Amino acid sequence: MAMSKRILKETERLNAEPVPGISATAHEDNLRYFDVIIAGPSQSPFEGGVFRLELFLPEEYPMTPPKVRFLTKIYHPNIDKLGRICLDILKDKWSPALQIRTVLLSVQALLSSPNPDDPLANDVAQHWKENENDAIETAKLWTKNYAK
Amino acid sequence: MSSDSEDNFMEEDSDYEFDSDGSDMDYEEPNDLAFAEVSDKKPKKAYEVDFSVQSLQDIKAAQANAISHVAGILGLSQDKAAQLLRSFKWNKERLVERYMDSSEDVLKEACIVLDDTKTTSYVGKPRPGFTCSICFDDTPSKVVGLRCSHLFCFDCYRHYLTQKIVEEGECRRILCPESGCSIIVDQPTVQKIVEPKILERFRQLLDRAYVEDLDNLRWCPAPNCENAVDCRLPHSTFDTVVPTVQCACGNKFCFGCGLGDHQPAPCQLVKLWQKKCADDSETANWISAHTKECGKCQSTIEKNGGCNHMTCRKCKYEFCWVCMGPWSEHGTSWYNCNRYEEVSSTDARDAQAKSRASLERYLHYYNRFANHEQSAKLDRDLYNKTEKKMEEMQRTSDLSWIEVQFLKKAVDVLTSCRMTLRWTYAFAFYLVKDNMTELFEDNQRDLEVAVEALSELLEKPIEREKIAELRQQVLDKTVYVDSRREVLLEDTAKGLGEDRWEFSFKRT
Ligand SMILES: [Zn+2]
Ligand SMILES: [Zn+2]
Ligand SMILES: [Zn+2]
Ligand SMILES: [Zn+2]
Ligand SMILES: [Zn+2]
Repeated sequence: MAMSKRILKETERLNAEPVPGISATAHEDNLRYFDVIIAGPSQSPFEGGVFRLELFLPEEYPMTPPKVRFLTKIYHPNIDKLGRICLDILKDKWSPALQIRTVLLSVQALLSSPNPDDPLANDVAQHWKENENDAIETAKLWTKNYAK
Repeated sequence: MSSDSEDNFMEEDSDYEFDSDGSDMDYEEPNDLAFAEVSDKKPKKAYEVDFSVQSLQDIKAAQANAISHVAGILGLSQDKAAQLLRSFKWNKERLVERYMDSSEDVLKEACIVLDDTKTTSYVGKPRPGFTCSICFDDTPSKVVGLRCSHLFCFDCYRHYLTQKIVEEGECRRILCPESGCSIIVDQPTVQKIVEPKILERFRQLLDRAYVEDLDNLRWCPAPNCENAVDCRLPHSTFDTVVPTVQCACGNKFCFGCGLGDHQPAPCQLVKLWQKKCADDSETANWISAHTKECGKCQSTIEKNGGCNHMTCRKCKYEFCWVCMGPWSEHGTSWYNCNRYEEVSSTDARDAQAKSRASLERYLHYYNRFANHEQSAKLDRDLYNKTEKKMEEMQRTSDLSWIEVQFLKKAVDVLTSCRMTLRWTYAFAFYLVKDNMTELFEDNQRDLEVAVEALSELLEKPIEREKIAELRQQVLDKTVYVDSRREVLLEDTAKGLGEDRWEFSFKRT
């Protein structure tokens, strides 16, 4: 089917021209399932951390967005306890012209600029709004403790 | 027709054109029936509202009418006028006004590109070097793109539109597949690309959206019914008016909330009551059980008809199923089964007693509410049994079909009265007792007594010789019961209108 051609090509390109700070490796027995590692962006509270994620391409991909989830614990207003990510392109702003690469870049960008006004983890967002410095300290601590 | 001009410009092969005969079923000739006049033949009762039933055809015609009208005024194609109307929820006046004010903003908000070529999409051969960014195919035979020039291969476009229409149920705003591009895929383009079955679904969704967008329309909730009801009452009046309507298919429902007829209770009260019942269902469940114990000899008694006048088989004690009190006290002027005697404040001193009292009070009303529902079902079961007997009788005797039909009418009236009675108990639960509530309770009691009498009559064994007599009795009672219902509905409708009662919840 034409869609697997797309997945193969995307995978090929991800391997041939990796994005700095991001790696995505497809499982050998399931080409729709990727182990993802994102390095915490510099000058963010997540700097120095290594974050593991899972990415799954549903049957309807690319008509429906990939499913992406953090496996590493992270203190971030747009990521909840279960690792689910609040990102518009993973929901209503998804376009079939977007790719795994663009999705992961957006997730990386989200780490650089948390948005407490569109929260998924309410308590974290609250913390972020009320005392940003303190929240950032917590995020750094979590990065140190969990994102190794 | 709107798409004619667009059809000409495209560099397309006709085999990709689904609608190549140029027929454009969405825009039928404007029809005078568009908004059928609200009829008022007979004088309206206080509890009735004006409405009209709209068939699917009427609904399509009304859309076509509005579209042609706006297209004419603004000098736009039918398709663009339709898109604008959808983004203005079919408010023609506001659309025209805003469009005259600043057409650019209006078009932009509606994601419409207007240009002099009057073209909406390109369907044709790809340029050399093209790669579809959805499937990565670089040798498609055909590509599609809107005026934004975001091209994708035909198969991907079709797949994309099908996904949006079938899986996501989208129809008003299907955007160009390119990320971040906010140009709407217009209807003529959809028509050219998707399969006929999908196009049919798309049109259904548009009709659906039209009815949902208009405050004065609501689909009939009956399964397989394609009609909608048009009711022009402002929704803000639904706190004092219960807008019961009846579809041409016979289904009676509330225009305000879509539930089955719940007169005399206003929608807000119904919602609160249903929530309360769901929350308290466990405590209340035991009540709707089918069996109870006789108040005198404690033998188990099963209820098998709708009638609440029970007689213990063992000791012949006659009592009321609902309050378990002796039946001798019912059906007289001091019948007291419907009225809850509020516990005086001195009795309910501490918190525990209070919460107990409030539960008891709730159960008093819930019990009666649930019982009428249950009884209506039992009445109907009994009728079904009786009907067989009547048919049998009709076949083996000289009785005419008409002569054995009286039971059906009686059961129908009985059922609708029980439904009304049922909601009077939810109504009464929220009513703050004062001297204005007495009339309501009297009406409730009168209807209840009449209903039980009719129900009891229907449980009588049918004897061939006495059938004429029974028929007359049933007919008389049926007329009477119906009139009691009317009195109650008339009075509650007036009472709500003049704000006669105080309710224990905040009315919005
Ligand atoms: Zn393609
Ligand atoms: Zn576009
Ligand atoms: Zn109907
Ligand atoms: Zn309602
Ligand atoms: Zn008994």
